Amino acid sequence: MNLLRRKFLKTATYVGATASAIGAGVLVPQRVLGAYNAAAFDAKDVNGAISGSMGSDQHTASDAIKLKAPDIAENGAVVPVTVSSSMSNVEAISIVASANASPLTSSYQLSPACEAFVSTRIKMGKTANVIAVLKADGKLYSATKEVKVTIGGCGG
Amino acid sequence: MKKLLTSVSIALLLALPLTTMATPQQDLEAFQDYYAKRFPGTPFDDFINGVYSIDPASRAQWEEIEEFPPYELSMSKGEELFNKPFANGKTYASCFAKGGIGIRQNYPYFDTNRGEVITLELAINECREANGEKKLKWKTGPIADISAYMAYTSRGNVIDIKIPDDPRAVAAYERGKKHFYQKRGQLNMACADCHKFYAGNMVRADLLSPALGHLSHFPVYRSKWGGMGTTHRRYGGCNKQVRAKPYKAQSAEYRALEYFHTYMSNGLVVNGPGARK
Amino acid sequence: MASIKIRAKAKGGVTTVKTLMSHPMETGLRKDSKTGKKIPANHITEVTAEHNGNVVMTANWGGAISKNPYLSFKFKGAAAGDKIKITWVDNMGKGDSAEAAIK
Repeated sequence: MNLLRRKFLKTATYVGATASAIGAGVLVPQRVLGAYNAAAFDAKDVNGAISGSMGSDQHTASDAIKLKAPDIAENGAVVPVTVSSSMSNVEAISIVASANASPLTSSYQLSPACEAFVSTRIKMGKTANVIAVLKADGKLYSATKEVKVTIGGCGG
Repeated sequence: MKKLLTSVSIALLLALPLTTMATPQQDLEAFQDYYAKRFPGTPFDDFINGVYSIDPASRAQWEEIEEFPPYELSMSKGEELFNKPFANGKTYASCFAKGGIGIRQNYPYFDTNRGEVITLELAINECREANGEKKLKWKTGPIADISAYMAYTSRGNVIDIKIPDDPRAVAAYERGKKHFYQKRGQLNMACADCHKFYAGNMVRADLLSPALGHLSHFPVYRSKWGGMGTTHRRYGGCNKQVRAKPYKAQSAEYRALEYFHTYMSNGLVVNGPGARK
Repeated sequence: MASIKIRAKAKGGVTTVKTLMSHPMETGLRKDSKTGKKIPANHITEVTAEHNGNVVMTANWGGAISKNPYLSFKFKGAAAGDKIKITWVDNMGKGDSAEAAIK
């Protein structure tokens, strides 16, 4: 058995796992790692972010995608975003914040068992478009929503 | 004879100096009445949710965060810390009534033996010291985690701060009240300016929360801090924001302020720990 | 202490999984206010969700996911009592894993 895996299993209990994996300084076994798409996160523009994560930057706006994000973010550090769609065969979702230094915030690979749904909280540096891109049957569809980010009055 | 006495007593009453202080109870009624009139659409119980009780847009975002709020991480840590025995084998439970569970609504209280306002964080650190442990830092970290857990166990309990019939307690209350209404800092603003007289208005892009219900949900996870903070952390921040020199956490001044501030929310329930922007 | 909290509920054949992770999620762009130096990037890069040993979903994250990140997704084919396992890895090579039963 791989030495790392043995050490990991020895120090970690799965049910209510403790931070032992971190404490033991053990890397998570390779089989769990997908291929991290670093290039897509390095892209400095929206099209680069989309093509980097989805393979192309050609996408069509679709009413079948529901992008829920606040009109005015209460705090740019924590902006709740929920993407959902009635479309079938959605295999991937990307969430892009157009004015971020690195517009790609995240991308999700969905197995056939998954519903076209993902919800998370993102950071936005300033007012920008949040773009949800979905890949279904090889084609890209999108929904866009402007989210305003303001400077607070209470000193930030 | 009766009529004469009545008119004499009325005359005497009218002759009384107008500087007779209102009692804390009278202050409380006037305070809560003010907000009821100011925000007629907000049910009394909802003031524990701060700005979210008066602004639907930010409420929607807050509700999304409450789906799985970041303070849950702190609460779990707090529970572990609360239950972990000190080196001498005792736990925090030994220092508190009811083993420390479901007691947040009674803090702060005035200790008539010591003549001091005792806040929850003060009590936590005094418990540590009494058991041979070092004090925790006051504003964030483990003390906020423990306080978060203790607040959580008290959710739903009615805030019931008592001001005993002791001039020192009343003096502490009055000191806190004075701080609340006193203008300070380069910006020359009082807590009351933003949180009473202008509550519900905007200061740049921030909506000012009503002071009624302010402390029901402390300690608080602020998105701005990316972490938990205690009441006195926020007090220091607020003083700094009007460019006033902040007092030290757990100083007599802030404890007095917390005493007054929490008393003003008597009747509301504890809903801490909370999540705010 | 677990750095991952999981809540999974099955209803009408669809399981909704919500997870909250404890992580600083540093972008690498922030400066330390005291030293003036940039705080190095330290954020989760991948999150994997498994059901009965099968990978159901993987997420690639950048530094723009909020601190103490939240993630929710939905999938079919699981029942109450089944186990969901969430694993994260960050750019520093650290990681953690936790399991929970679907309710």
